[in-house]
Amino acid sequence: MATATARVATQANPLTYAICAVAWFVPGAGHLWLGRHQKGVSLLILLPLMFACGLWLRGRLFPFEFSQPLVGLAAVADVGIGLPYFVARALSMGTGQVTAISYEYGNAFLIVAGLLNMLVVIDVFDTAQGRK
Amino acid sequence: MTSHLGLMVLFAFFVSATFAILMRERVADQLILGARLLGGFVAGGIVLGWLLYVLPL
Repeated sequence: MATATARVATQANPLTYAICAVAWFVPGAGHLWLGRHQKGVSLLILLPLMFACGLWLRGRLFPFEFSQPLVGLAAVADVGIGLPYFVARALSMGTGQVTAISYEYGNAFLIVAGLLNMLVVIDVFDTAQGRK
Repeated sequence: MTSHLGLMVLFAFFVSATFAILMRERVADQLILGARLLGGFVAGGIVLGWLLYVLPL
């Protein structure tokens, strides 16, 4: 019985990690690479749009300041969205306006967009490994 | 749109849509799960909001 349900451990090859890196950098690109076009296009629209909403709501892209652990962790979550993060940084967006009524909402959108993209990367890894 | 409820619904939409896309393969199944998650998130948020309103925190 145990042998019937046992899974064969598959070693991830470098291509799997490359796909995951692409999936992180461009949300949805990993699914597109793997031929999951509907999922890829949907995620390519949804996640950057959520990130853009965070910027529109005057959220802040947190600095990597690990002397304040929550700020550091928020920065790690922010960078999880990949390319949109670097574009926003390059355009000096995401400075955050603490006095704005939507500031905390904006932070939630920015952080969760990054975290959701990390979840997408894990899904891409599982798909590339043939688990889905 | 920038009301508390509006932003909560928008946030719940993004999260439920992403979950549904990841968890279901067929578009029809994604729409059903997404709608159920969205309803659950919004209803749960409203219930929790009222509980916090009543609780003396």
